[in-house]
Amino acid sequence: MKKLMLGNDAVARGLYEAGCRVVSSYPGTPSTEITEAIAKYDEIYSEWAPNEKVACETAYGASMAGARSFCAMKHVGLNVAADPLFTAAYSGVNGGFVIAVADDSGMHSSQNEQDSRHYAAASKVPMLEPSDSAECLAFAKLAFEISERFDTPVILRLSTRISHSQGLVELSDRVELPLKEYVKNPAKYVMMPANAKGRHIFVEERTLKLKEYGAECPANKVIKGGSIGVITSGIAYQYAREALGDKATYLKLGLIHPLSEQMILDFAKKFDKIYVIEELDSIIEDFCRAHGVNVAGKELFSYIGEYSAEAIRSKILGENTEYIIVDEKIPVRPPVLCPGCPHRGVFYVLNKLKVFVSGDIGCYTLGAGAPLSAIDTTICMGASISGLHGFNKVRGADWEKKSVAVIGDSTFIHSGITGLIDIAYNASNSTVIILDNSITGMTGHQQNPTTGYNIKGEPAAAVNLEALCKAVGINRVRVVDPFDIASVEMAVKEELAAAEPSVIIARRPCALLKVVKAKPPVTVNSEKCRKCGMCFKVGCPAIKKSAEGNPVIDTTLCTGCGLCTKACKFDALKEDSHGC
Amino acid sequence: MAVKSIMIVGVGGQGTLLASRIIGNALIDCGYDVKVSEVHGMSQRGGSVVTYVRYGEEVASPIVEKGGADIIVAFEQLEALRWISYLKPGGKMIINTQKIDPMPVIIGAAAYPEGILDTIKKSGVSYEAIDALSLANEAGNSKAVNVVLLGLMAKHSEIEKETWLKSLRNTVPERFLELNLKAFELGYQK
Repeated sequence: MKKLMLGNDAVARGLYEAGCRVVSSYPGTPSTEITEAIAKYDEIYSEWAPNEKVACETAYGASMAGARSFCAMKHVGLNVAADPLFTAAYSGVNGGFVIAVADDSGMHSSQNEQDSRHYAAASKVPMLEPSDSAECLAFAKLAFEISERFDTPVILRLSTRISHSQGLVELSDRVELPLKEYVKNPAKYVMMPANAKGRHIFVEERTLKLKEYGAECPANKVIKGGSIGVITSGIAYQYAREALGDKATYLKLGLIHPLSEQMILDFAKKFDKIYVIEELDSIIEDFCRAHGVNVAGKELFSYIGEYSAEAIRSKILGENTEYIIVDEKIPVRPPVLCPGCPHRGVFYVLNKLKVFVSGDIGCYTLGAGAPLSAIDTTICMGASISGLHGFNKVRGADWEKKSVAVIGDSTFIHSGITGLIDIAYNASNSTVIILDNSITGMTGHQQNPTTGYNIKGEPAAAVNLEALCKAVGINRVRVVDPFDIASVEMAVKEELAAAEPSVIIARRPCALLKVVKAKPPVTVNSEKCRKCGMCFKVGCPAIKKSAEGNPVIDTTLCTGCGLCTKACKFDALKEDSHGC
Repeated sequence: MAVKSIMIVGVGGQGTLLASRIIGNALIDCGYDVKVSEVHGMSQRGGSVVTYVRYGEEVASPIVEKGGADIIVAFEQLEALRWISYLKPGGKMIINTQKIDPMPVIIGAAAYPEGILDTIKKSGVSYEAIDALSLANEAGNSKAVNVVLLGLMAKHSEIEKETWLKSLRNTVPERFLELNLKAFELGYQK
């Protein structure tokens, strides 16, 4: 039976069919749906881990224990999981071990555009890259075969367009595999120097074998066509195919590390000119040049962003597409905090107080956009807290009194807690606001260790954030309701003034959670409205401005949260008390 | 058959993903190769969103590029204007007349363009405009805008109505089916 499946769902199906038993991940766009889909299979144990390092180690533990296991993450998640990866590369596997990493060329939902192929080279593990949903399924299965045959972790590299495109997939049944026997083997699994030296020799020998394997690997294919030679992989193959069709012959590489020297040299012999088409860095291109193959690559195509069939057609064939141009200034439509979002109240106050805000990764990064414009820095998961600590260490007591860190509940557990320990242990008088909306929001509502539920929605142990913060040495911990902006303002002012570090937990569930019921829309009393514009400063998409300058509530969007009514000084906006 | 391309453009939260899934399932039923590309994560949250649907004998790229769409279904007027350069010469637009102000307009940093439908007409594009929000409300829920627009698009497609209805039944949760069938019909009869 053929089914239309998201690349991520197809990866999950491939894992299922391959007899995978354990999946542990931390959510991250565009990789999240793999693990969400896995959670629907009863045959596979699945979990949301606190971060990618824990997920990778958990899955790898299951591999050492004899099961096929897997973890998924976005590109920046692999930075967090790099530590176990580099040494698992030495120890190898018992049951097959596969890591999926989803890059985000074009940065649809990320803070950088790193090319994860470098990790395969750096950690010396093989990497497969599918170019559509059918290959997502097939390569997930192949990855386990390679893992067990060559005694190595295998990375499955995805990208936004592969993960989030649907294509036709043929389904098969699951193969049930017995657990492999676990035999104590310190030379393989205890990576202290004497043993690791032996394993490094193994790793180098394995790489040579994998290079040879490239020529027979079913993921590497030549697709015959015309006289233009193209070497490519992943989504770039689809763009090239769209642009050049049968005019080109393609060497489509599915095993992208290690690259097969033999295949590339054999292919190169047949063409006068070869184009390497790969998004982001020039990895295949550099390999070709190093092996004496003259190719055209980054002098035509960019290191930046996504490719397109249009660009390939233009650069290689010199053909340009005609399209309609309308001479009109079109306002941008950036993403914004949702109507009823509990984060809005905190950012409204922080903007009002004009404090320095050390930001983090999540929905609340949107607090950086106008009109809230509250955030000064955003780097990576957890950096809000440790970054603020560093800021305060050099800028001193005055700075400590006018600066805060903001971080979500899931991000705090991921890697914020270690920064807070640093604040307590190394004594900076820093103020941290945990935006606890009871869910992992931006990636689409995953449970986390603070929510009290596991990946399957079953009750689970919940981290008590107040007790945790106190336990690491923060004495001043208080909870506020972010919709009560007067209390938020008071709490921020008091904690900034306090002579020791503090944590403010702004707690209210995400407005999109099913348990959160919308209230009737806010109403406007035009007679009381002085058109001062304060209500627009809360930055709610449900408040439009009329031609006369009055607020108009979009009743399809308004959740009746009432934040705007608190910003209005003239009582012109009212919460509808009926039916609450 | 040459590959055909449909684009669904709108504002995050308007239900463009569901619409693309219903279209995708109807096209598979007709025996086509199909690719659907969508956007998740940060790009939603009230931002400008686009979904691509491509179908034919064999589809390579899942992405529609400038000058490549046979049909653009715009869930909002400004988004119709934003994506107009993606329409193929001779292509058709289906436009929901609803206007949703983006944040720069709400805070007075930019103006919502006047007379968008006139601008589109002047550019020579053939379109059909529909007040899908009113029809969705008539069907029983303002969120059914997506299926009203789908109904109108279905009327202009070469695919039989029964195929669309079958896909709708298979894609939409049972408890919302009656509402969505009504919304589809209101769009289809327009």
